[in-house]
Amino acid sequence: MVTIEDALTEQPLDPGEREKLERTWQPCPGFRGWLTSVDHKSVGKRYVATAFLFFLLGGLEASAIRLQLARPENRLLDPDQYNQIFTMHGTTMMFLFGVPVVLASATYLIPLMVGTRNISYPRLNAFGYWVYLIGGLFLYSGFILNTGPDSGWFSYVPLAGPEYSPGKRMDVWAQTVTFTEIAAIIAGIELIVTILKQRAPGMSLHRMPLYVWAILVTSFVVLFAMPSVALASQMLAFDRLVGTHFFNPAEGGDPFLWQHLFWFFGHPEVYIMFLPAAGFASEIIPVFARRKMFGHTAVVLALVATGFISFGLWVHHMFATGLPQLSQSFFTAASLMIAIPSGVQVFCWIATLWAGRPRFDTPLLFVLGFIALFVLGGITGVMVGSVPFDQQVHDTYFVVAHLHYVQVGAFVFPLFAAFYFWFPKVTGRMLSERAGKWNFWLFFLGVNITFFPMHFLGMMGMTRRIYTYLPETGWGDLNLLATAGAMLIAASVVVFLGNIAWSLRRGGLAGENPWDAHTLEWATSSPPPPYNFTHLPVVEGLYPVWERSAERPVVTGLSAERREILVTTVLDAEPDSRHENPGPSIWPLLSALPVGVTFIGGIFTPWAFVIGPALMLPALIGWGWPQAIPPDDRSIEEVAA
Amino acid sequence: MSAADPAGPQADRIWDLGLLFITLGSVVYAVVIGFLLYALWQGGRRVESVGGPAVEHGLTQWVAGAIVVTTVLLLGLLVANLAVGRATAEFAQPGALTIRVTGHQWWWEIEYADPEPSRRVVTANEIHIPVGRQVRVEVSSRDVIHSFWVPNLHGKLDLTPGYRASTVLRADRPGVYHGRCAEFCGLQHARMDFRVIAESPGRFAAWYEGQLRPGRAPATTLEQQGQQVFLSRGCVLCHTVRGSAAGSRVGPDLTHLASRGTIAAGTLPNTRGHLAGWVLDPQSIKPGVLMPPNQLAANELRALLAYLQSLN
Ligand code: HEM
Ligand SMILES: [Cu+2]
Repeated sequence: MVTIEDALTEQPLDPGEREKLERTWQPCPGFRGWLTSVDHKSVGKRYVATAFLFFLLGGLEASAIRLQLARPENRLLDPDQYNQIFTMHGTTMMFLFGVPVVLASATYLIPLMVGTRNISYPRLNAFGYWVYLIGGLFLYSGFILNTGPDSGWFSYVPLAGPEYSPGKRMDVWAQTVTFTEIAAIIAGIELIVTILKQRAPGMSLHRMPLYVWAILVTSFVVLFAMPSVALASQMLAFDRLVGTHFFNPAEGGDPFLWQHLFWFFGHPEVYIMFLPAAGFASEIIPVFARRKMFGHTAVVLALVATGFISFGLWVHHMFATGLPQLSQSFFTAASLMIAIPSGVQVFCWIATLWAGRPRFDTPLLFVLGFIALFVLGGITGVMVGSVPFDQQVHDTYFVVAHLHYVQVGAFVFPLFAAFYFWFPKVTGRMLSERAGKWNFWLFFLGVNITFFPMHFLGMMGMTRRIYTYLPETGWGDLNLLATAGAMLIAASVVVFLGNIAWSLRRGGLAGENPWDAHTLEWATSSPPPPYNFTHLPVVEGLYPVWERSAERPVVTGLSAERREILVTTVLDAEPDSRHENPGPSIWPLLSALPVGVTFIGGIFTPWAFVIGPALMLPALIGWGWPQAIPPDDRSIEEVAA
Repeated sequence: MSAADPAGPQADRIWDLGLLFITLGSVVYAVVIGFLLYALWQGGRRVESVGGPAVEHGLTQWVAGAIVVTTVLLLGLLVANLAVGRATAEFAQPGALTIRVTGHQWWWEIEYADPEPSRRVVTANEIHIPVGRQVRVEVSSRDVIHSFWVPNLHGKLDLTPGYRASTVLRADRPGVYHGRCAEFCGLQHARMDFRVIAESPGRFAAWYEGQLRPGRAPATTLEQQGQQVFLSRGCVLCHTVRGSAAGSRVGPDLTHLASRGTIAAGTLPNTRGHLAGWVLDPQSIKPGVLMPPNQLAANELRALLAYLQSLN
């Protein structure tokens, strides 16, 4: 196995080339730089940080829920507050944390992992972030002004419709969802193009890292799933604001239409969160098992299969609606089938650890915790995939337990693993291992103590989304236990925050590749320079850093005077053309603001749909204004690899 | 109230399936985690990673074997599951009792169907059924989506406005089974309970005959005054007492209120004190409930309570 030194500095460097790159790629200075940055790393970092902030807010809401339910007939929250808080919790976790954090971390990691200088369409990327930020701030301003949505994150009609939810609360929900959809679709497109067209030479499809595969599949799932909820949320907005009757049964509308559209997005969404998390695990396990991943091809196939099957499951959220027997059988079969590709991945992870020499640092601990929780959540998933059993446990705390084993266990745990793993790359400093272990054990215990008892509560008849229950139900003790567990989770998150604060200043210096990892982001400094790599690397194997030959070929000949990136072919990643990547710009922000005006203003006056686009026009003109750049006529052959 | 304590054939079959799932699931979980722990233990002691074709081949065989076992188990579960699905979805046999359940924010309207209109019974939040006889429950909703669930008897069925759906259940032993609304339906979703009282056919018939009678006429002057309060204050705008001038169906039918065990959809026991608190200020008990508060003088309240408690 190759140990890591700086491959790039060994290359003969045109003197001053590094300075030129530095000058070409540097962001604008100061606050302006912050507003105009189009570097995938700075946008990615703030995207992740924002999503994480929403995770903390969602966590505070979860704590409020748990405190309220700790005792029967508790009066900490009144029903109106409770309904807003549980709706905010679900909406925040799914729309402002889950999907965004996945795409945000991919925005940071993918260009480095595939060995390119920046993401494709970097201005669009910045625009997506601003749109998302506006959406999140909008939702929380509504909540603070007592206009937080209160019909659940799934907003079933007719409850969420104009008749039963008058006021602006559900409008806030519908438009927040719209903002997130726009941001997600944008990120999905950029990631697909970056992955397919900007991989370093030599990184043919069969040498692509598993996390990159996971993001590729996820981005396609985003592209196919999001339009469904975009349509649904706009139809809901129309019903509420313009008086259409898409969902009003009294006027020939159909409440089931909402359910189908929503879950056609809602189920794949679970996999939008899970697939990248599995990708994290597949990157981290080989590094800490200190051997190559077993069954690379099988895992790729499993990821792709999961992406496809995820669109065949949505009806299992509707098993209690009285569907015909035949369609129930179909969706049951699909729901059980999706366990197979998940099983394939779990078995391959175990096999890799089996034949490796595991090193129990915090990232691996979180991955192991993930496997332990995910397998349990998967087994209860098979149970709720069964129509008759689901008819008993549907909409009870059994499902709350199941969905949190999957979402906290199989999503937040790998995310924490990834955080510990990539933090040194992003900041140049290691996180404290000691605090990391506390963080892990408190979290792992907390999750089990919080959510395991909920399986029993569900079978004992405790339904979801209730702000209180009577003492006679006998649910009090298990609920108290669950609340105690939630406090352990909160403690663990405090340890985590402390760890970040401490390590940012005092953490050990990371160096280029502290974990002896194998993907390309570890072949540049920590944190990476704005241009990512001095010379783009050439990939010689599935594990580019481990399998580097003595010659260590790199790409030379890309101009250092312009923001040039190398475009390669889809299948074999052979150099195809050079492309100029745009520089810092204020226009993405100035274009995102009118989007905000349109959708936020739209809930107060239809004129917003005129004013917003009118403001958008100058912004788009500014964005598209041609810049005088002298042409560079060298052909692709002159760019030597 | 528990799905693990079945009192009828459907809940029974489903719980058997649940036990199968739980047993198999526990075994699978123990095996997978066992392998994981063993892998960590033996790998942790190693000084050199193992590799080479022989090792990869061995791993491939193990993983392939695990996938085959998973697939076979899932197929087995699929068959078990379809069998139970069929068994629980059996159709009503002739002679089944038909009950129409309509969801309201946040209470249940119950109507016993009978070809003869004069033999239809309307009540609220309490369903009496005869033990051993099939009951066909037809559901719908007046406002938003609710879901009908009696864990001891059967799984849920959604009440969707604009749609009718039905299910069949049967209680095999007498008892009081708790039911709840299982689909989030707004502010007081948490307090939308009902009770199913399964009793011997004889007692059921007696109850049914009792419910067919119009509301009892006031027997004392106090009750008479109470009826006057009922008819002259807000009550009459929403409630029915058959046999009197009160005939609105916005709120629950009160014709036989005193025969019911709870008020406000399972929120409170049906006692004099609770009834008084409820009539005066329902909002403090069930905030957001669609019944307004009533301001009554002490003597009016006393009379009204006497009247309400006479409606057995
Ligand atoms: C980390 C600690 C967490 C705790 C203690 C927690 C607790 C809860 C509880 C008790 C409920 C049920 C509320 C009710 O039915 O009234 C709930 C619902 C929910 N949670 Fe969490 N949660 C946590 C994290 C998460 C995460 C990380 C996600 C997703 C990424 C998530 C997504 C959801 C969703 C989608 C619902 C359903 C909301 C609804 O019914 O509309 N939760 N959570
Ligand atoms: Cu309800």
